[in-house]
Amino acid sequence: MTHLLEVSGLSVRFGGVRALDGLDLHLDEGETLGLIGPNGSGKTTSFNTITGFVLPAGGTVRFAGEDITAQPPRHVARRGIARTFQRLRLLTELSVFDNLMVGQHLTLDHGIWANLLGRSRLRGAIARQTDEMRTLLRHFSPTLPDRLHEPVSALTMIDRRRVEVCRALARSPRLLLLDEPSAGMTPDETAELMRDLQNVKAARPSLAVILIEHDMAVIERVSARCVVLDYGRKIADGSYAEVTRDPAVRRAYLGEEADA
Amino acid sequence: MGTPDRATILPALAAILAGAGATLALLLAETQWHVAVVALAGVAALLIGGRAGFGDAIHRSVASHQRVTSATAWLAGAVVVFLLREHNFELLMLCTVMLYVLAGLGLTVQFGFAGVVNFAAAAFMGVGAYTAAVLMTSTGLPHLVVVLAAGVVTALIGSVLLLPLLRTRGHYAALITIAFGILFRTFLEVNDTLGGPQGLKVPGLQIFGYAFNEAIEFDDETEWSFYTAYAGVFIVVLGLAYTLVRRVERSWMGLALDAVRLDETAASAFGLNGAAWKIAAFSFGNFLAGIAGALYAILTAFIAPASFTFGDSLLLLSIVILGGLGNPLGLLPAALVVVVLPEKLQVIQEYRFLLFAALVILILLLRPGGLMPRRAREYFPGRSS
Repeated sequence: MTHLLEVSGLSVRFGGVRALDGLDLHLDEGETLGLIGPNGSGKTTSFNTITGFVLPAGGTVRFAGEDITAQPPRHVARRGIARTFQRLRLLTELSVFDNLMVGQHLTLDHGIWANLLGRSRLRGAIARQTDEMRTLLRHFSPTLPDRLHEPVSALTMIDRRRVEVCRALARSPRLLLLDEPSAGMTPDETAELMRDLQNVKAARPSLAVILIEHDMAVIERVSARCVVLDYGRKIADGSYAEVTRDPAVRRAYLGEEADA
Repeated sequence: MGTPDRATILPALAAILAGAGATLALLLAETQWHVAVVALAGVAALLIGGRAGFGDAIHRSVASHQRVTSATAWLAGAVVVFLLREHNFELLMLCTVMLYVLAGLGLTVQFGFAGVVNFAAAAFMGVGAYTAAVLMTSTGLPHLVVVLAAGVVTALIGSVLLLPLLRTRGHYAALITIAFGILFRTFLEVNDTLGGPQGLKVPGLQIFGYAFNEAIEFDDETEWSFYTAYAGVFIVVLGLAYTLVRRVERSWMGLALDAVRLDETAASAFGLNGAAWKIAAFSFGNFLAGIAGALYAILTAFIAPASFTFGDSLLLLSIVILGGLGNPLGLLPAALVVVVLPEKLQVIQEYRFLLFAALVILILLLRPGGLMPRRAREYFPGRSS
């Protein structure tokens, strides 16, 4: 049985720096994986390489049985992989709705007839999408659905983070890559976002998620399995309890005094 | 969102009336004092009106009464042309303004929507103009077909130009368009089949057997300028192009173009093909520029390399920015200011450019978003969504 995502021997170099050094990673349908490690350990680079933003120096990425190594981002997106960015990349001058519709790009009809001439299909599509997106936003906040037509620049940080996650969820991806969704948020806000996300996951049991995080408490709450990176290498792979007991992880995370 | 309140139609009608009145007043102003007063009053009205929230009131009003306002706008255009029917020079200026707006609509799609800077808009108009001139003199194609063909040829040349740039980022596209704009003029000047520096004569427009270059005579007393018929045709072309550009904006197409302009990298993570959208926008914009150029050639009956300079391209770009980048409606007041003002201020000779430049800088200082800044997208204005 093949895994949904299989990364093997993935290496990335930036000049002389080995950002990723032979990373092996696999993930099954419906699974949640926590990707952890200190700053600069290659977490975001692994996302960027899987999604085609960074070209690997070696190794392969297979998704749903097909080789997607070094394919451009838009082709990777087509296969059902969606991601968020650590520093939010929302189109802040556009409305919440428009941002979510960017996430829906591949499902929308961009034809000349629907958009320029007939327009009744466009009207129907907009009504349908409005309902769908309100339902999606409601998972994350009771007030966001009412702010669908406000510009993102009018939202608070946590609401923007929610919109970014919803944009990635909009097209019902098979694999969701969340790049440190807790960055810039309070522990309470993070806890809330994680709980909402698990509600979404409960409704979409086949959705696989990889979560980058360096707050171990967040990982403990959501992940069945963790992979720990350090200097571009995988130093541990297992349940939260196993990984946190691992001496290599303790050394990487807590510094040398963990040995004492 | 509930049903939006239906606003009264009065602000929309008042705005159309004011716009038509200001256009007429500016075109008919005789002394430079009149011109200065009309221009300053118009600009002041836009600036103060924008601050005071008239813009929002007008916008709501237009949104609630789409059909009536667009019918009124067409009618207002026809009335302006009718009132100018015996003023040859003023009609020619109005026609020129409309063609600049048409080319500006193309630039709006390219620069305002897709974020592709085009420093060769005048050169692309030139491509359309020369295509039309050659086709009209050497083939028997119906003139409507010629005008459309000029647009298509211009779009094709533009997209060929952009193709090698697909793998590059940043300002390369801008540099290429600058190079094209300058090369185009040199190419024409040394090309004897295209008339060299002397240019080409262009025959008058004929549509369904009607010759546009003959004065419209009713009896010995009344005679309308032949530009009246041209202005009528241009209003129709401009109205269609405006509607098309608005629909591009208010659709998934406009959203995709915005996404490519604002953050192509993030957009690609959701499957957007940035290069394809840029090419599409660039081609569509050049199609409109080519049509504007073809109509310009026919209108002036004569084209030469000096009609399509780099300076003219900058003028077109300044119209788009002055009007409010990405707002097709702002093109009209901006083109009036940019085209008519220097023409009307000829009495003060070189100083007119100084004055004109100062005015443009002043407007952009007071209102960085332009005379009529772009508004947030509403796919179907006035309807609850």
